[in-house]
Amino acid sequence: MSLQARFELDYPGFSLDVDLELPGQGVTALFGPSGCGKTTLLRCMAGLSRASAGRLVVNGETWQDANAFRPVHLRPLGYVFQEANLFAHLSIRRNLEYGLSRLAQAARRVQFERAVELLGIAHLLERRPAGLSGGERQRVAIARTLLTSPRLLLMDEPLAALDAARKGEFLPYLERLHAELDIPVVYVTHAPDEVARLADHIVVMKAGRALASGPLTETLARLDLPIRLGEDAGVVLGAVVAERDTHWHLARVAFDGGSLWVRDGGQPIGAPVRVRILARDVGIALAPVQGISIQNCLPASVDALGEDGHAALCLARLHVGRSPLLARVTRRAAHALALAPGQPVWVLIKAVALIG
Amino acid sequence: MQDSDLAAIALTARLAAVTTVVLLLLGTPLAWWLARSSSRLKGVVGALVTLPLVLPPAVLGFYLLVLLGPEGPGGRLTQALGLGLLPFTFGGLVLASVIYSLPFVVQPLQQAFAAIGSEALEAAATLRASPTDAFFSVALPLAAPGFLTAAVLGFAHTVGEFGVVLMMGGNIPGKTQVLSMAIYNHVEALDYASAHRLAGGMLAFSFAVLLLLYGRGWRRTP
Repeated sequence: MSLQARFELDYPGFSLDVDLELPGQGVTALFGPSGCGKTTLLRCMAGLSRASAGRLVVNGETWQDANAFRPVHLRPLGYVFQEANLFAHLSIRRNLEYGLSRLAQAARRVQFERAVELLGIAHLLERRPAGLSGGERQRVAIARTLLTSPRLLLMDEPLAALDAARKGEFLPYLERLHAELDIPVVYVTHAPDEVARLADHIVVMKAGRALASGPLTETLARLDLPIRLGEDAGVVLGAVVAERDTHWHLARVAFDGGSLWVRDGGQPIGAPVRVRILARDVGIALAPVQGISIQNCLPASVDALGEDGHAALCLARLHVGRSPLLARVTRRAAHALALAPGQPVWVLIKAVALIG
Repeated sequence: MQDSDLAAIALTARLAAVTTVVLLLLGTPLAWWLARSSSRLKGVVGALVTLPLVLPPAVLGFYLLVLLGPEGPGGRLTQALGLGLLPFTFGGLVLASVIYSLPFVVQPLQQAFAAIGSEALEAAATLRASPTDAFFSVALPLAAPGFLTAAVLGFAHTVGEFGVVLMMGGNIPGKTQVLSMAIYNHVEALDYASAHRLAGGMLAFSFAVLLLLYGRGWRRTP
């Protein structure tokens, strides 16, 4: 199960040149600033833009190479645009049926009722697109896409047109999609919080090139290429709610290598969650520390030290169990603690953001 | 009302109806191409389509007459094809009217197609619709108001023409004499009462047509 995508394309003032091997499952985020070519790459994958040289193999099936170009409507993909692009002349129900009705019975793997239920749009079916809010429109667009039973789901900043409140409402639907449907997703975004919440794999893009491509956690912990998801370097770890302390409103989440106390987000025990730990919130000690307000103190081991933005600072890559972690400390502190690869230390984690 | 007047009205209605149908059939692909193509020819074709809008109808009619006359290349062609000569026939009137009213049909259609943009069509493609399928299932319905405008303007403009049909048709009662020429004949004969009946009818018809078009526009604005 994999996705091989190689595209070269030249526009005046912009060129795209990527050669990627992506997982054939889970969510791959194409992350980078505006104008870096994320959307262009996605459009090339869909066949909406035609690259001068391109090759796309989706789970063993060649959609495009030097000799063949399968037109968009013959590619079993789903595409969610920034704007929902619903058909204004059709009711929501007819919008949903548009792709479905063009699919052979045997090829229909997503039930109408299922898509409607998954996206929470049952009450909108008889309405027209013009009367819907941005978030509702985008949910309809996603359901409409799912109903074509795509073997690859391409999403181009589906939340870009929504305001912060709508985004908050919308993200859970995407998470459900991620959790319940086994469709590989390529998700274009420049929003760090969407990457942190949704991505399993990340491709970092800049000026038409892919700077890095790899599993989210490992890629975020790279020292040679500190990727700022927003304001600061940090990692995102997958975890499971293991315990809830109702008295102090805390939850213990277990990850591969230990567990952390975080603010209780209301998730039930056993629920998969993600935690985001920024490098600036991680301190390093040579021995476990007593009498300190910081509650999360875990044994770790130093992997490497790397440059940081300021000459006074360095980034330490550590691992706790099998999970990587980044810590920002001053060079003087690193020197004083004589931090070196392989050294066992304790990490003090001041803040953990629970996402999703 | 005189028989010749009734004949002129019937002929005009028939001419306008046939012309409108021909124009919609021809104008739709032309407008689609003008709205969507990035070809260099687009400017030239766009200018040619718009030419009848600025050209004096007499000029257009004169050249059509020359072109399609017995000595013109068009005339030789129609004769070779066994169609005979087009000037002073209903076929000739239709041809002249189609050219004369072309911009009135192509431009609203072109604007309607351009307004759809590429987004809806791209969405259709990703939902498994072939380009032809998407044209009929998405572009045509979304452009429907443009089609109404185009049909009404094309029809009304054909009803109102004079110079071109005078040149090409030659004012033959019952055969090529359309309404505007019947009015002209009445005025020439100083029969103002008959001229009034026809001219007043035309005035009312034109106003009703425009009311239909703009009235729709008003209703749609919230």
